[in-house]
Amino acid sequence: MEIPLRKAKVSREGEFVVVDAKGVHYRELNEVINELVEKGERKLRLINVNGQRYIADGLRCDCYIEIHGVAGDDLAAFANGPTVVVFGDVQDGAGNTMNAGRIIVHGHGTDIIGHSMRGGKIFVRGHVGYRVGIHMKEYREQVPVLVIGGTAGDFLGEYMAGGRIVVLGLERLETYPEIAGEWLATGIHGGAIYLRDEVDEDRLGYGAKVEKLTHDDRRFLEAEVGEFCSIFSLNPEEVLNAEFTKVVPKSHRPFADMYSDAKEG
Amino acid sequence: MVRNFPPEFVVRVDREACINCLRCVRECPFGVHEYDREKKLWKRHHEKCVACLRCAYMCPVQAISIERSPMEYAPHPVWTNRVRKDIKTQAETGAVILTAMGNELPYVSYFDRLVLDACQVTNPSIDPLREPMELRTYIGRKPEKVELEEDNGVRLKTKIAPNLKLETPIMFAHMSYGSISIEAHLSMARAAKEVGTYMGTGEGGMHVELYPYADHIITQVASGRFAVHEEYLKRGAAIEIKIGQGAKPGIGGHLPGKKVTEEISRTRMIPEGSDAISPAPHHDIYSIEDLARLIYALKEATRYKKPVFVKIAAVHNVAPIAVGIIRAGADAVVIDGFRAGTGAAPQVHRDHHGIPIEAAIASVDRRLREEGIRHWGSIIASGGIRSSADVAKAIALGADAVYIGTAALIALGCTVCKKCYTGKCAWGIATQDPELRKRLDPEEGARRAANLLRAWSHELKEILGALGLNSIESLRSNRDRLRGVGLTEPELRVLGVKPAGE
Ligand code: SF4
Ligand code: SF4
Repeated sequence: MEIPLRKAKVSREGEFVVVDAKGVHYRELNEVINELVEKGERKLRLINVNGQRYIADGLRCDCYIEIHGVAGDDLAAFANGPTVVVFGDVQDGAGNTMNAGRIIVHGHGTDIIGHSMRGGKIFVRGHVGYRVGIHMKEYREQVPVLVIGGTAGDFLGEYMAGGRIVVLGLERLETYPEIAGEWLATGIHGGAIYLRDEVDEDRLGYGAKVEKLTHDDRRFLEAEVGEFCSIFSLNPEEVLNAEFTKVVPKSHRPFADMYSDAKEG
Repeated sequence: MVRNFPPEFVVRVDREACINCLRCVRECPFGVHEYDREKKLWKRHHEKCVACLRCAYMCPVQAISIERSPMEYAPHPVWTNRVRKDIKTQAETGAVILTAMGNELPYVSYFDRLVLDACQVTNPSIDPLREPMELRTYIGRKPEKVELEEDNGVRLKTKIAPNLKLETPIMFAHMSYGSISIEAHLSMARAAKEVGTYMGTGEGGMHVELYPYADHIITQVASGRFAVHEEYLKRGAAIEIKIGQGAKPGIGGHLPGKKVTEEISRTRMIPEGSDAISPAPHHDIYSIEDLARLIYALKEATRYKKPVFVKIAAVHNVAPIAVGIIRAGADAVVIDGFRAGTGAAPQVHRDHHGIPIEAAIASVDRRLREEGIRHWGSIIASGGIRSSADVAKAIALGADAVYIGTAALIALGCTVCKKCYTGKCAWGIATQDPELRKRLDPEEGARRAANLLRAWSHELKEILGALGLNSIESLRSNRDRLRGVGLTEPELRVLGVKPAGE
């Protein structure tokens, strides 16, 4: 059955431009968003969002976009600057290869959140799925930060090359109470993961190790977790007053000895 | 234990001609020539020579010649010299053998067993000097049908998807800045712009010096997502998602940290000195549906203005995979055959994975036609294209255009010494060493790369003329103009060609 597609309805509410996404195809919705941003609008409120993909994809602006509903795949992928606040859940790939900007999610996130992100921040209040933060990187002053209020699934921070991931584990899943899944940080060669729990070293993937938190780590956590708590109305002292485990790479060159030429000199 | 490892080459120096200028010592990046000034004694480390021939051509009195070493292990047809050396190397190091350039095993070359037709008597050939010959090729999605609108003249009503316009069906393949020098990149970028074709960035990003040529550059999005950035995507003429490459199908890549210099770090947007690791798969793509998501994420990010290609290695099930790629929304599928070159690959992968490009082109083209979607996307073939004849045969088998990598580097002076992964390329191509880089002048490089394209294009026109065709389009998938020589029935069936004489 063909679902009749609608045109996005645009109205104004105070300083916000409101876009009704009900029944609107993502391509049309994103065209409307892009046009509004190009016209100079800086505050957008998208209502009735129901899984539309690619919102704020590749967007370069310092605008503020509110999403009411469920944001579809690749939210703010390749984005360069916008702040996206989701009052609901996000689907796969939120913040995929993002360069700058902020994503704040009041609900849960599914898989590959923050995949390959190079800069900016993602705060997810609830749980996230598999393969989150894979190949996160950093570059000069750009150090991406991903904070998760709940727990993360398998392959968290795999191949991580930079940036910081914090998992708070404030709520746990009944079916899997661990703070993060299997193959944690496999192949990590840059960056760090902070888990608000004790994590046995033998649960880590190849190339990862546990390290003691330093004063700087504490300061970093105070700042980022503090911000997370103020956004989601949590008590920072309570959240921070806990044991954190820091996971880092054993080496920045995990494959250095793999090839015969390297050994020859 | 005695290291019984005969050198591959020996350096012969005519001592009478030699004037002791020490030029060879400076020219050889591998440290073969050594001169002890006090004792006035020469020592040649033959075992380090890779036969790049740099010293031989730079010696002012031509005193040097590089020869294959006469000393070899006793002949054995199964335990070849190479097999024995590989085992010894691995026994010493316990490591994976790294190599460069394309597959070295003596598999049959289908290109060399296919011959082109020519006109005789009944269908006159065309003289390209007298009649226009069309090599122009458009890469991208073509419409189902074209609708026109008539009001005050005729207007095109159908919306045409973005296509790349190639003046000749040959492009420079993706080789990253990092694996090759900026001078090599610049040479190809200038040549591409001049001739009206394109070059690929590879996964190392686009150096600022290439920005003036960006409208002739295809950017790449690989699993490491190095340099992938909204501006980078918008800057190029098209975007290529790299899933795999013919020289190492199924595996990722590592650029060792020692090669991530300040400039490379800036172009790739990664920290200096850290390994640049490209995982084997894209971890956001585990299915055709996931691939479709990335294709459209890139189209959305560039507002549907750039064609998006997807590159895969030619593997056993290449046809259904390519169909999936086109159905997922790609504007072209790039198929990289098992002879494709590389700057660094484990030898075992380079030599033993993947299938010949000829077979892959034929089956992908056939399958897309059978499904009625050939016009949805173009086929770009690469991996071991050595001449205009290979280009013509690839197109007759079903390709729209080809990428050339190794051939382009040879035009820039590469001698295929297979040592690119060392970063010490004696010809200034596969290196970041500022001294070695001076050996390649981008001006001269551009001239030679453009010349190669012109020469091949000219030959292509002559080939078309001999076939009695006046446009490259008429050759595409025209397998009736090919015949097989010395091929088995199943091989002929896969390639879709008749045996010679039939
Ligand atoms: S490696 Fe090259 S430069 Fe060095 S001796 Fe051999 S041919 Fe000459
Ligand atoms: S690019 Fe340089 S190192 Fe690589 S094969 Fe050619 S000459 Fe040798």
